[in-house]
Amino acid sequence: MSKIKMPKSAPSLDMTPMVDLGFLLVTFFILTAKFRPNEPVIVDVPAATSELLLPEKVMQITVDDKGRVFFDLAGKDIRREMLNRMVQRHPELKLTEDEARKFALLGMCGMPLNNLSQYLGSDEKTRAALDAQTPGIPTDSINGELGDWIQSGYEAFMADAEKHGLEPKDIKGDKALRYAIKADGTTDYEKVEQVIDVFRDKNIFQFNMVTTLESGSK
Amino acid sequence: MAEIIEGGGGHEKGGKKRPKKSPVRMDMTPMVDLAFLLLTFFILATSLSKPKTLEIVYPKEVENKDDQTKLDDDLATTIIVGETDEEIFYYHGKFRKDTTKLEKSDFSKDGLRVMLLERNKRVVEQVNSLKDQQRAELQKSNSHDEDEKINARFKELIAEASNDSLAPFVIVKTIPTTKWKNVVNAIDELNITSVKKRAIMDMEAREALLFLSPEKVAELKLK
Repeated sequence: MSKIKMPKSAPSLDMTPMVDLGFLLVTFFILTAKFRPNEPVIVDVPAATSELLLPEKVMQITVDDKGRVFFDLAGKDIRREMLNRMVQRHPELKLTEDEARKFALLGMCGMPLNNLSQYLGSDEKTRAALDAQTPGIPTDSINGELGDWIQSGYEAFMADAEKHGLEPKDIKGDKALRYAIKADGTTDYEKVEQVIDVFRDKNIFQFNMVTTLESGSK
Repeated sequence: MAEIIEGGGGHEKGGKKRPKKSPVRMDMTPMVDLAFLLLTFFILATSLSKPKTLEIVYPKEVENKDDQTKLDDDLATTIIVGETDEEIFYYHGKFRKDTTKLEKSDFSKDGLRVMLLERNKRVVEQVNSLKDQQRAELQKSNSHDEDEKINARFKELIAEASNDSLAPFVIVKTIPTTKWKNVVNAIDELNITSVKKRAIMDMEAREALLFLSPEKVAELKLK
């Protein structure tokens, strides 16, 4: 009778397919990942049944639960151009080349103009502290900085579109700049209305209110 | 790793190398660990759901009262949104000091929605039948271009149906301390019930007095 041979080493499993799949997924996620930009405020947006996606080209005004207003417009070149126009409108705003470059790279900003230079000159930790204290961009009509930001942002966006070979008449539909308002669910409507009024002064009447999709039907 | 040493480094007594018994096996566990660690990280770090939006068009400021669109009072419904979730009311028609009574409501599916659907019944039925037609035509079509044409055509038809001159219009009235989520909720209800004629306005003091104390109304500085 022949003896049954026992395997000498521990049984090993061929993991190659699993590893292949693992790396495929890793590659997929690395390539599709879009990192959430560092947002100075956390905003809990209200839920709605709308399934409309947020447009790509968007100027976003964030209003947090205390009613502080933050401004955001994506695109390095556009931001740089916007800041230039802002400096033209407010000659008292003195920024160094370095600070201007930093502004172009940052995301959402909620600093009144007189604090902007200090904000841009600080390191990340100090900026976070400043973000926590900031009263937000002033929306009142006397020194309506928000209105100037909107105007500068719009002009910078149009200038950038023309630089990319678009005629002014072609800048519509998907290519046009949209305006999003992202407000916390517990914000007083009064505060949101102030922001909307600034837009209405600029003859902008159509907005995208940022919401999350309601889970399940009510 | 042990396997590699076993396979590659076995020496005989006399110094002769033995031919390899099996192909070189590498222990891939650490690599796999790392791969899955990265995988987990990227899954968690990616924001999967893009934010959704609700489109709102605000009316232009009208300076001259005569320019305002004349609307039949019978078609009007006013939704009152107060400060808390409890303070949601509505009334139909024009405000009359003695007779106007607020009906209490809420944003659940048996609340405002039922009232609005009933009020906007004709438009809702038209819109639904248009949507059915659209679905049927989309199933028949077989090219992307055709799909887009159908969608554009029905979008116009639906807009036309909801802008019917006899369609009811809804005014959402707010006080300064109304919470934003309730405004969004109210507009969402209007979208669900296909009410296209709408406006958001500041509440008048006489309306607020129906559910708030006079002191509170004075404090809010309503007109």
